[in-house]
Amino acid sequence: MAVIEVRTEISGNVWKIEASPGDRLEEDDPIMILESMKMEIPLAAPEDGTIVEILVTEGAAISEDDIVARLEV
Amino acid sequence: MRKILIANRGEIARRIIRSARASGLKTVAVYSEADAGAAHVEESDEAVLIGPAPARESYLQHTRVLDAAVQCGADAIHPGYGFLSESAEFAEAVSQAGMAWVGPSPALIRAMGDKERAREIARRAGVPVVPGSARMAEGERLDLDTEAASVGFPLLVKASAGGGGIGMRRVDGPDKLAETVAATQSMATKSFGDGTVFLERFVPLARHVEIQIFGLGGSGAVHLFERDCSLQRRFQKVIEESPAPALPESVRAAMAEAAVSLCVATGYAGAGTVEFIMDAHSHDFYFLEMNTRIQVEHPVTEMVTGLDLVSMQIDYARGELVQLDQAAITTTGHAIECRLYAENPAKFFMPSPGRLSRFDLPEQTADLRVDSGYRAGEEVTTHYDPMLAKIIAWGADRDRARIRAAEALRELRIDGIATNKDFLVACLESDGFQRGEVHTGFIDENRKQLLSATTEGKTI
Repeated sequence: MAVIEVRTEISGNVWKIEASPGDRLEEDDPIMILESMKMEIPLAAPEDGTIVEILVTEGAAISEDDIVARLEV
Repeated sequence: MRKILIANRGEIARRIIRSARASGLKTVAVYSEADAGAAHVEESDEAVLIGPAPARESYLQHTRVLDAAVQCGADAIHPGYGFLSESAEFAEAVSQAGMAWVGPSPALIRAMGDKERAREIARRAGVPVVPGSARMAEGERLDLDTEAASVGFPLLVKASAGGGGIGMRRVDGPDKLAETVAATQSMATKSFGDGTVFLERFVPLARHVEIQIFGLGGSGAVHLFERDCSLQRRFQKVIEESPAPALPESVRAAMAEAAVSLCVATGYAGAGTVEFIMDAHSHDFYFLEMNTRIQVEHPVTEMVTGLDLVSMQIDYARGELVQLDQAAITTTGHAIECRLYAENPAKFFMPSPGRLSRFDLPEQTADLRVDSGYRAGEEVTTHYDPMLAKIIAWGADRDRARIRAAEALRELRIDGIATNKDFLVACLESDGFQRGEVHTGFIDENRKQLLSATTEGKTI
């Protein structure tokens, strides 16, 4: 078991958090939805795993490459 | 009317300032902290800071915008597009404050903003709407065969509570219908807590064609012909043109007539757009919605008609435009608008904010108009939409307009952020677009070829 860091690809805001610690996710399941330039951009699990930690809250500002969650895979 | 406040930012604020000034009005800009050094602030006669960068704390704040108008002694407000332009409450507040609202009445904004109501108003005005069935709550079946026969196949089983492509299933013939209705009802109950569904005709190959209209309240309405806005990504328009390519004259006339009758029926006042979805094969068209404001793509109409829609809006609002002669409105040539976005087409059009270290726009000429809110050195923030500029080219025919647009895009020099510039050129130069075979799935369907044309033909 390894814990991987999930990073954002864009700057913007966290609009909605869809997963909580302990949730089992499959690859491509949404962890959260980001908002940038009036667009909603889903941030999905890069592979199957369990959410260990969500590092941001709804409404938080994020920059490109920020770590926003940890996933045990 | 002496002084007008523009409740917007970017290219549309600058564009409204131009026409307002030409009409002899003083102009007031509003701006957020992020836009303190923006061109629209510099170009207006006065400017008022209305709050922090996020739009909901500045450009969407009714009272701050109104207070700014009162503070400057403005006697009119132009909302542009987006932000407060379709807020009936704001329009009402403007009128109650004794100022002129450059737009239709709050009642009309409200009616057209409610999709169900707008559809009903259109149907009663004799405008074709997408055939649909009655609503069926979970477990309820109605007479599916009769309902489906009146809707026609292919059709979509849609969850009433769904939206944005979620909660709909396509059915191509009668055999799978009952099964799909039951499955969609149960899925809708689980996902939305409401199992109500309805049937709606599906148009497999659709075009988005809209009619620009101008209503004179109870004194009739005119149309300013159509715009084809079929090229879209993420449900957002990318390239618009007028006239619509390969559209039979009879269809064009029927659409314009339908749009005008909707405006006459509602007593519409001011500039507006009636949007239709059109079957690309049969040219059957159906009412989609009506936008009660100036549109992003209005310049293509201005290029072919020679009219200034914003000046017309202002003149109407101050009671100086009382008559319009349909026969006097004609078009010459062809115009194409390309929306330059701060986004990365190779990464599924992901937004690309950042500093514009270089931003050289092509020179404006009689056949080239460039509307932009940005200048070199400025920051494109994540707070607002990603449109950097609109490149609008005119030609004596479609091919000339297309070539002029591509040439202008190639002249652009942008550093610092990713843009869709090369992708736009690839669209304009693709075989399908050249042949006028546009439809709403065009970009999704051709994405790979368009992207590879982008890297091969890199022009920087």
